[in-house]
Amino acid sequence: MTERPAIRAEFRGTLGKFALDAGFAAPAKGVTALFGPSGCGKTTVLRCLAGLVHLKGVCEVDGDVWQDENGAFLPTYKRPLGYVFQEASLFPHLSVRRNLLFGAPRKDGGPREPIAFDEVVELLGLTRLLDRSPRNLSGGERQRVAIGRALLSQPKLLLMDEPLSALDRATKNEILPFLERLRDRLALPVVYVTHDIAEVERLADGIVLMDKGRVIGSGPLGELETDPSLPLAIARDAAVSLDGVVHASDQAYGLVILKVRGGSFIVPAPAAPAGERRRVRIIAGDVSLAREAPRPSSILNVLPARVVAMKPIDANEVVAVVALGPDGTGARLLSRLTRKSWEALGLGEGASVYAQVKAVALASGRGDLG
Amino acid sequence: MSAKVPSPPPEIWVPIKLTLELAAISTLSLIIVATPLAWWLARSKAWFKEAVAAVVSLPMVLPPTVLGFYLLIALGPDGPGGWVASLWGARTLAFTFTGLVIGSIISSMPFVVQPIRNAFAAVGDRPLEVAATLRASPPRAFFTVALPLASPGLLTGAVLGFAHTVGEFGVILMIGGNIPGRTRVMSTAIFDFVETMRWREANLLAGGMVAFAFAVILAMILIEKRFARAGA
Repeated sequence: MTERPAIRAEFRGTLGKFALDAGFAAPAKGVTALFGPSGCGKTTVLRCLAGLVHLKGVCEVDGDVWQDENGAFLPTYKRPLGYVFQEASLFPHLSVRRNLLFGAPRKDGGPREPIAFDEVVELLGLTRLLDRSPRNLSGGERQRVAIGRALLSQPKLLLMDEPLSALDRATKNEILPFLERLRDRLALPVVYVTHDIAEVERLADGIVLMDKGRVIGSGPLGELETDPSLPLAIARDAAVSLDGVVHASDQAYGLVILKVRGGSFIVPAPAAPAGERRRVRIIAGDVSLAREAPRPSSILNVLPARVVAMKPIDANEVVAVVALGPDGTGARLLSRLTRKSWEALGLGEGASVYAQVKAVALASGRGDLG
Repeated sequence: MSAKVPSPPPEIWVPIKLTLELAAISTLSLIIVATPLAWWLARSKAWFKEAVAAVVSLPMVLPPTVLGFYLLIALGPDGPGGWVASLWGARTLAFTFTGLVIGSIISSMPFVVQPIRNAFAAVGDRPLEVAATLRASPPRAFFTVALPLASPGLLTGAVLGFAHTVGEFGVILMIGGNIPGRTRVMSTAIFDFVETMRWREANLLAGGMVAFAFAVILAMILIEKRFARAGA
């Protein structure tokens, strides 16, 4: 299922000593994370998308050409985008309300704007702040105002440059739920720059992996997390993010049954109506493999699967990619095991296994974003 | 100073009024000319911009007589000033009030451009980038973001420009000729009163200027303090 990419971008050039040559496409909906180590060029790509930096290349959003190879280049102020900077950068001489309305189209009557003032104020919890000066706000409040200000300019594309990295952990955890609500409530493509995998796992639908000014992979998050040729799968804290749908809730035990492609998981979570979307995170180290259906144990989640790929991490450990379902067509998990186990079990590509998952947690329930 | 002070002689009011007029008109013109110039100096990447900045700053280091000498030539019948004057049938801009305004603008320019340039530089790129991402065209970003954020610098520039125009002596004497009622301002009037041994008038004007200078410097310090607090 591939949608027509709504965002197509390609930028080449040098800034000082730094060389950038990055291209990617992203869908019309959802959050695309630009992810990579500090200094890999993520922010430069975002600034190119916004037209704040002018390198050679192409930039198309929602069918509109913002930049092309023939020298066409739309200045930033003519691009219907919203940009959230690392520091909130509110205008200190304007009240919160006037900051929020700075980029809002000024017209009376006419069709209702798709993103309404009251809705944004409510979504971001800004009601009490409207008449205050930005000088008297906390870091988290400022960043929420900055996000609201960007949204109210009625963008077709929202660009966010590490919007949480200047905040302390508690404030991050205060803002993340707002970002999740935003993602779920607004049909607006978001390009989100971060170097924090935890933010990616929690927010992103797609990911563009960058390293040293180049794109080393891009696509849906689950696909890239389980691609053994990319650094995500072999990282020490490798994990997969699975989007599932609530099937049933077991309030007595505080568990929810979540359907994913090729199987279902029992997840400790507050009861939720059937059909709601939930994301779980499964760490590679929490998944072990067995050749035969194991006997009943304390492990709740045991799912039939097939080995798809394997990659050695070092001399004694490997990471195996398994696809759920007896036929191996479902969602993919990572399993970290010793090379000795891999060989003792006689595992190989296509082998049928049972994935025993020791821990499954809601991605949004994590309180340990560092 | 125990005797009753008699009211000041009427002759001192003419130069005071003329000085205030000159300073007000010059300051207004200075803000209008210096603001775009300071904006360009703060934001341009042109290789020759520091050369332009140096030219603008020349009046700070040149002896006023040198500046006055060149201005006299430029404003005179054979200079561009003479040509401008011919538009309304006059022969020269030297020794006229208009000439004084032009001279004051040039000699006070560095004192106005510098603080405004610094204020624009302190605003930095970010607020303008933010404005651009919020659909503000460059003129709108300038008037709704850059100018309000740099307003303390504009205020400082205006106060300094006004004060420097009031205090200018050499240039005024060179191009104005100290004509009573037309080009005799406070600073040159004091010179004149001293030359003619009218100590009481000289004293009144000089004392007034000391008080004025004190008020200006105090105002500057207070503006700066407020600016620093606002920026924190």
